[in-house]
Amino acid sequence: MAEPILELRGVNKSFGPVHVLHDVDLHIYPGEVTALVGDNGAGKSTLVKCLAGIYSIDSGEVLFEGKPVHIHGPAEAAALGIEIVYQDLALCDNLDIVQNMFLGRELHSRFGALDEGTMERKARETLASLSVRTVKSVRQLVASLSGGQRQTVAIAKAVLWNSRVVFLDEPTAALGVAQTRQVLDLVRRLADAGLGVGLISHNMNDVMEVSDHVAALYLGRMAAEVPASQTSVSQVVELITTGRSGDIGLSTAAANASM
Amino acid sequence: MTDPKLTTPAADVAGTSAQSTAAVDFANDVGPRNIAESFRLYTQRVRGGEVGALPAVAGVIILAIIFYSANNLFLSKSNFANFLTQAAPIAVLAMGSIFVLLMGEIDLSIGTASGVCAATMALGVTRNGDLNAALGTPTYLALLLLLVVAIGITARYRLWIATGVIVLGGIFIVTKLTQHAPAAIFVSIAVGVAIGSLIGFLVAHVGIPSFIVTLALFLAWQGVLLKFIGQGAAISTQRVDLINKIENENLSPTTGWILWVVAVGIYSAYTIGRSLQRRRAKLTGEPIDLVVLRALLIAVVTGIAIYVLNENRGRTVFAKLQGVPYVVPIIFILLVVGTIVLAKTRYGRYVYAVGGNTEAARRAGIDVKRIRLSVFVIASAMAGVAGVIGASRQGGVPSDFGSHTDQLYAVGAAVIGGTSLFGGRGKVRDGVIGALVIAMIPNGLGLKNLGSSYEFMITGLVLLLAASVDAISRRRTATS
Repeated sequence: MAEPILELRGVNKSFGPVHVLHDVDLHIYPGEVTALVGDNGAGKSTLVKCLAGIYSIDSGEVLFEGKPVHIHGPAEAAALGIEIVYQDLALCDNLDIVQNMFLGRELHSRFGALDEGTMERKARETLASLSVRTVKSVRQLVASLSGGQRQTVAIAKAVLWNSRVVFLDEPTAALGVAQTRQVLDLVRRLADAGLGVGLISHNMNDVMEVSDHVAALYLGRMAAEVPASQTSVSQVVELITTGRSGDIGLSTAAANASM
Repeated sequence: MTDPKLTTPAADVAGTSAQSTAAVDFANDVGPRNIAESFRLYTQRVRGGEVGALPAVAGVIILAIIFYSANNLFLSKSNFANFLTQAAPIAVLAMGSIFVLLMGEIDLSIGTASGVCAATMALGVTRNGDLNAALGTPTYLALLLLLVVAIGITARYRLWIATGVIVLGGIFIVTKLTQHAPAAIFVSIAVGVAIGSLIGFLVAHVGIPSFIVTLALFLAWQGVLLKFIGQGAAISTQRVDLINKIENENLSPTTGWILWVVAVGIYSAYTIGRSLQRRRAKLTGEPIDLVVLRALLIAVVTGIAIYVLNENRGRTVFAKLQGVPYVVPIIFILLVVGTIVLAKTRYGRYVYAVGGNTEAARRAGIDVKRIRLSVFVIASAMAGVAGVIGASRQGGVPSDFGSHTDQLYAVGAAVIGGTSLFGGRGKVRDGVIGALVIAMIPNGLGLKNLGSSYEFMITGLVLLLAASVDAISRRRTATS
């Protein structure tokens, strides 16, 4: 198996007296989709926000391409090539697709004015490369897009920069059947392009369909990281709800300690 | 900000198939090829709720027709010039307000703030620049303290231009250079910048709703203005040529035409050049015939306006009164600069982004507090400019300067022009168009000898109408 592009070792995070993450290990491999599953409050979002640099970790190690790194802010995460597509999308309705994709990282021409031409071209190339077929114009306001199209733009925004790892927080949560299909295809294509993809989802069908690995969090502990091909929906559900399944997962003591 | 390497994973993600479908996917991006097509797209956008300045332009035309049919004097040469000078202070305040409104905030204090700015300027030029003597030492020290605090705030938020303006203004005050009109005018703007950074700090840093902060300061500045003016009922600036000229004298007809040729020429060259260039680069762009048509239309309308203004509108045969009022090119320059800042710079983009979705802007790495603070600085700086223009118009600074309807008219003008009260939508030009509508109402009613009662009622109704258009169009864009 390839070296993980992003690795977490024994990460802990507390908010005051609340110990949210206990010694969490996680491996994200390039070219593969790792599903991050867990019940509400298991710590998925906290984990991702730690990687995005929004929260700092209390202890533990983060390794990027085998080298230990410290992520102190969103800009540092982005500089490493870690991008997060949040559940609530973080798009500005009053800006168009190009403006959203380059928000905070606009290109300039010589005189300090925005270089609209280059940005528009790059945005279109990126969308085309992701085989996005539903957007009529990259100068449409985001307000006029459907849920699936917005998700697509958010993902395209994440891969526009030379990102290496993309985390997607519930990308299909609010989508219809056809749009879910498009987004899942897109997730798969990201991995096929060599990116490490982290997929947070509650939908087991989605998880089993596109993932190569499943990492199940149970009450702030990593219950198990298993290859998707060697597990089943029922086993994953068991890991999510009890922290263990057969001989994999947390020991009874650890699982109870978390309560 | 660092510029990360930009890569397009075009080849590796989807292979060649993506390239061939791209042309179909972005069908509209090649752009409409002719006027009919772009007109169709435009009506589509309007129906979708993106009405822009359309209602305001329609308002200008409809009101002009109504008032003209009521009294032909309305479109007379002298009234036209008069009307422009009436609209000028409102337009400047409105252009500043737009930055604040884009953020979804409001600034109710710009009117009385402009009074404080204008009074500082007027005291400087009339009292040999000795503000210490004119204000009394405690008030003088309080003014300097405001400037020092504002320098601290703007430096803390790295708004270096604002810091520079306040520092220079402070130097002018301390060295008594304010006895010279140019320095005094600059001080008016600098005091505005200082006031704006104070408001911005209270709103963006402390977190008090802007409505409350500016309502409180609306009252407070009124008191400050009374304190500044002291016993007299007004400070006259009529004898200060530079200030007096702005609203009361005109460019020579030749200068007017030269400026018109330059402005229209640059505008046409820029828009036509951009259209051609974008077409060549296969980017979205407007069709060239539409751009040419619009440039022509603007040239004709402004040309007629300048022609009318250049006619002799004097009442007697002895003195000629003709030319474009000085204030018109001033407004025009502010309009152009404001438009460029909002549409072409990173700062402008961030203003829209923070106004549209603060959380998205924060996640994109934008310093949200800094942007939120800066818009109040711009609004109050424009209040400083409006103070100069207002003093010119009224021949001085009376003790009730700016406390009447001006600031409400300014916010109203922005909304009538098409700027949304909900933030994120609006352009600087909205302020100018809206100010024309707002100024037209008292002007037209005045000619009909209808009193203030009708003026306030009708202005109120027009504002209500504009706010309804805003709310409805917002709902449409949200649902379409």
